[in-house]
Order: sequence, then C-alpha cells, then structure tokens
Amino acid sequence: MSQSSKMMLVAEFTDPEALVEAAEIARAEGLGHLEAYTPYPVEGLAEALGMEKTGVPWITLLCGLTGGALAYFMQYYSAVHDYPLNVGGRPLHSWPAFVPVTFEVTILCAAIGTIVGLLLLNRLPRLHHPIFETPHFDKRSDTRFYLAVEGRTEEFDPVKVRAALEARHPSAVWEVTP
Amino acid sequence: MADVSTTCEEVNQRLTGIPLRRPLTKNWLAGFLLAFMALMLMNVAIGWLLIRGVGIWGVNIPVAWGFAIINFVWWIGIGHAGTFISAILLLLHQQWRTSINRFAEAMTLFAVACAGIFPLLHLGRPWLFYWLVPYPNTMALWPQWRSPLVWDVFAVTTYLIVSLLFWYLGLVPDLASMRDRASKTWMRRLYGIAAFGWRGSARHWKRYEMGYLLLAGLATPLVLSVHSVVSFDFAVSVVPGWHSTIFPPYFVAGAIFSGFAMVLTLVIPVRHFYGLKDLITSRHLDLAAKVTLATGMLVAFGYLSEHWTVWYSDEPYEAYMLTNRMFGPYALIYWVTIACNVVIPQALWSSKVRSNPKLLFLISIIINIGMWSERYMIVITSLHRDYLPSSWGMFEATFWDWATYIGTFGLFFTLLFLFVRLLPMISIAEMRKHLVEEDHP
Repeated sequence: MSQSSKMMLVAEFTDPEALVEAAEIARAEGLGHLEAYTPYPVEGLAEALGMEKTGVPWITLLCGLTGGALAYFMQYYSAVHDYPLNVGGRPLHSWPAFVPVTFEVTILCAAIGTIVGLLLLNRLPRLHHPIFETPHFDKRSDTRFYLAVEGRTEEFDPVKVRAALEARHPSAVWEVTP
Repeated sequence: MADVSTTCEEVNQRLTGIPLRRPLTKNWLAGFLLAFMALMLMNVAIGWLLIRGVGIWGVNIPVAWGFAIINFVWWIGIGHAGTFISAILLLLHQQWRTSINRFAEAMTLFAVACAGIFPLLHLGRPWLFYWLVPYPNTMALWPQWRSPLVWDVFAVTTYLIVSLLFWYLGLVPDLASMRDRASKTWMRRLYGIAAFGWRGSARHWKRYEMGYLLLAGLATPLVLSVHSVVSFDFAVSVVPGWHSTIFPPYFVAGAIFSGFAMVLTLVIPVRHFYGLKDLITSRHLDLAAKVTLATGMLVAFGYLSEHWTVWYSDEPYEAYMLTNRMFGPYALIYWVTIACNVVIPQALWSSKVRSNPKLLFLISIIINIGMWSERYMIVITSLHRDYLPSSWGMFEATFWDWATYIGTFGLFFTLLFLFVRLLPMISIAEMRKHLVEEDHP
C-alpha cells in the first residue's frame, strides 16, 4: 500500500449546510471514500454520502419475531408436554394466558437486538480511529462539521482533493496520516 | 444571530460543565448524605429481613401483601412517566420533551430499581428469586405461565432492561462530549470507554436515529403493558375491589399521573439549583402540569367507574367492600386519596397555578401522597375483609415496613444525586440539534 492510500483529507466546516453541499459535490466528483462527522444528526447527510438504508429495522424485526416465537414455544412445551397441570379440566394449551410473556419477550429480544445490531453495524465499541488524529478533532467534533475523504485506492490524488475541498470554503483542511 | 458552532459550543459548555467543572457544593453534599443515610437504613432493614424473615413486616393472613406490594406498584408507576416522555412524546414529535427526557428516563430507571426490591424481598426466601425464571433445573419444575405473578417477572425485567438500553443509547453521544471536555486523563478514558468510542460519523448517526426510533416504538406498547400486567395481579383474582376489567387502563393512567407528578417534584428543584430555567422553562412545567391534569381526570374516571360498577352489579360483597373503604377502619385513606388525586389536582385548570413553580411543587407532592394512599387503599381494604367475616383482620405497618419504604427513597435519591453529578442531565446532542433548528430555521 502506498502512503497516499492510507491518508485522508479532512475539511472542517462551521455550518451543516455547507458540509452537506460539499459531501454531495465530493461524491459526484468521485474524490474517494467519504465520511462525515457531525455534533448531531444532520438531515440528508448520510444520503449525500451515498447511504440509503440502515439495515437496523430488519434486525429488530428478526430478533423480535425469534424471541416471541421461542417464548411462546417454551410456554407451550412446558405447559402441554413437559409439565402438564390439570387445573379444573381447563385446556392445557391455554394460549390467552401465554400472551403476556410472549409479548414481553418479543419486546425484550427486539430491543436487545436493536442495540447489538446497531453497535455491530457501526463497528463500535472501538478504542481508536484515524479521524481522532485530526488536529483539534477531540475538542471540536461536538461543535464543528467534518468531511473526510479517505484515500483507499491508488487513484487518490491529495492535491486534487484538497483543491476540491477548499473550493467549498471550509474553515480548515487537514491532512491526516494515521 | 449566532452561528451554528457557537450555539453548539454554548450548549456543550453549560451541560458538560455541570458534572465536569462545577465544584462540590454544600447543598449537594448535604442532600447526598441524607439520601445515603436513608440508603443505609434500607440495607439495615433488608439485612434484618434476611435474618428474621418477612415476619418483621406487618404482613399476615388475611393481609399478606401489605407494604411490599403497595410500594412496588407505587414506585413502578412513577417510572412510567419517564418512558412516556422519552418514547411516546418522541413518536408524537413533541419537541419540548428534549429538555426533560434524560432526567425522566433516569428517574424511571431508579424508580424501577426501587420497585423491584419489594417483590423480591416479599418472596420470603429472596435468595431463591431465580426460581421465578425458567431455567433447566434439577427439580424439573417450570414457572406457572397462567399466573400474573409470573407475567410480572417478565414485564418488570423487560421494562428495566429496555429502559436501561434506551437511556444508555441516548447517553452515548453525550458521553463522547464528556470525554472530549474532561480535563483529566483517567476521566477521558472512563468517559471514552463508556461512549464506545463514538465519533459522530454521519452513517453512525443515521443508524443511531433509526435505532432510537425503533426503541421508542418498542417502549411505547411496553410501558402500557407493564402496568396492565401489574394490574392483572389484582384483577385476575376474585377479591372484591380487585376483580375488575377497568383495572389495566386505570392503572396505566394512574402510573403516568403519579410519574408526571414525580417529574415535577424533581425537576422544579433541579432547574432552580442548577440554573437551568432557560432550558427547562415554565412552558415545560405548564405542559407537564397539563399531562398530570389529563391523566388525573382519567384516574378520577376510574374511581367513578369502580363506584358505578359496584352499584350497578348489586353484588353484596362488592357493596360491602366499598362502604368499608369509605366508612370502615381505613376510611381516612379513602378520603385522602380522593382529596389528593381528584379534588386538589383540579387547581391545575388554572394557568396561574401552572405558572407558579412553588404551587406546582406542592401539588406534585400531594399527588405523590395521593397515589400512594390509593395503592394502600386498593391493597389493604380489599384484603382485610373479604368473603368470610371469621377471617377478617387488620393490617398495621411495623417499624421495618417504614424503614424499608423510606430506605428505597434513599436508594432513589442517592442514585439521582450521583446522576446529576456524573452525567449530563439534559441530552446535549438533542439540545444542540434543537437549538440550532430554533436559531437557524
């Protein structure tokens, strides 16, 4: 790997709209792999970076359904097959009484699945990341808006990228080599 | 007009400043010590209970539920406002929740922790609590799935875990802010690890927002189900005054009612002592008071419905239960309940009362007392005289009942005092977004 393929250029903005615009243009020009860092979720930014779907809802649905099905099966199996209790001749498969536990376990599994899925998709927890090498990032990341162009391929041209970023009037452009 | 970065910086400075830079004050220390002493009282009470057994409480036959269940229902009800504020108001796009949701969620967690203690201690042999959980065991036994008491275990455990996840997920970006602003290395490391290395990536935010929304969607039916399940503990029985279909909605309304009262009780002093009156404004108090009034009216309707059902059913045991509640040995509790939950909250119709924090604080305390009396009334008066006069009895709380109850206040407030010292009590990331959108439409 050459030096430039590990490098990234980070532009710092004070305004979210300027960042979204810069991201859209950088993507259209195909400058490199784009990442943005903001103090709060900026609407339309992830889309500008080319991210359409999060994938989280599917995980939630799948975990919830699995949890609910297992909870119902557990109750059914124990009440009908493993430990049948005849209470006044009432049916062993008394499904209405199984609803609350099924419901609660569905919610529990869906919620845990959402959090775990969210962390896995975001590759978190993570102790360090190259972006933290950006000067002042640790002090400013919760007030400023950052666009990072990562040099992941051989075609990455730092000079061209820097010129393109500076054309968007950022407050600073940093060259970061991890 | 300030630019976006300046707005963000102001929010960061103020909200991270409270845990990071504010010196230890005498007020905080005094409050914390008082709470901590009460917590120690709880430990003593629990210790004595483990040595001697539940006989140290006033519970006996016929009143076998006593303080344990009263306090359980009361505390868990208080928790409901937190989830209501953070989940339901989020889904309804009520922007004002931003100022109070973190605090209310913390209140929920601590209240549920207090609530959970009571049924566990009430088991008799609390160290065998895991028998409630289905697990492969040498006794080859399963929990009784048809019992609301087992449903309760699942409902309360789920509620605690989901509330914790929801609260923590909201905290992650703020912990990253705390990390960036902490001056000492060990603090930076601690907050950094707690923040999972959050760096505010736009893709992460997108998934985060989706996940947060999904959790809110999951917590909404959950919060309605928890107090419904708690009410099944009563409603599924055949005891006069308990066996009623109105119980689930009436319990849920009561829970949110008492929870909002507790939010007011806590938020009014906090915003005063921490100078947050511009973030938690009189508008927030006004809206919280309106929700309190609305849910209070639902509770009043529940009372009305109970009385009407008794009259309409023409059932002698139900009729006796009601006259006993109103004029029997526990009549005082009944009238305190009606006064605190139905009569006095009517003052909230007046906008003058709603804009007066001192009065609101007073009313919120009264409602807290009223809701505790309501649970006392439901648990005790129904149990102490049921079908057979030969098995009637009286309940009297012992010193250890009160010690355990007061002790849980110690747990609650100790956790709350630590929370305001160590973590941002208002969501910084949400506040940034909220204020930027307000300043730069």
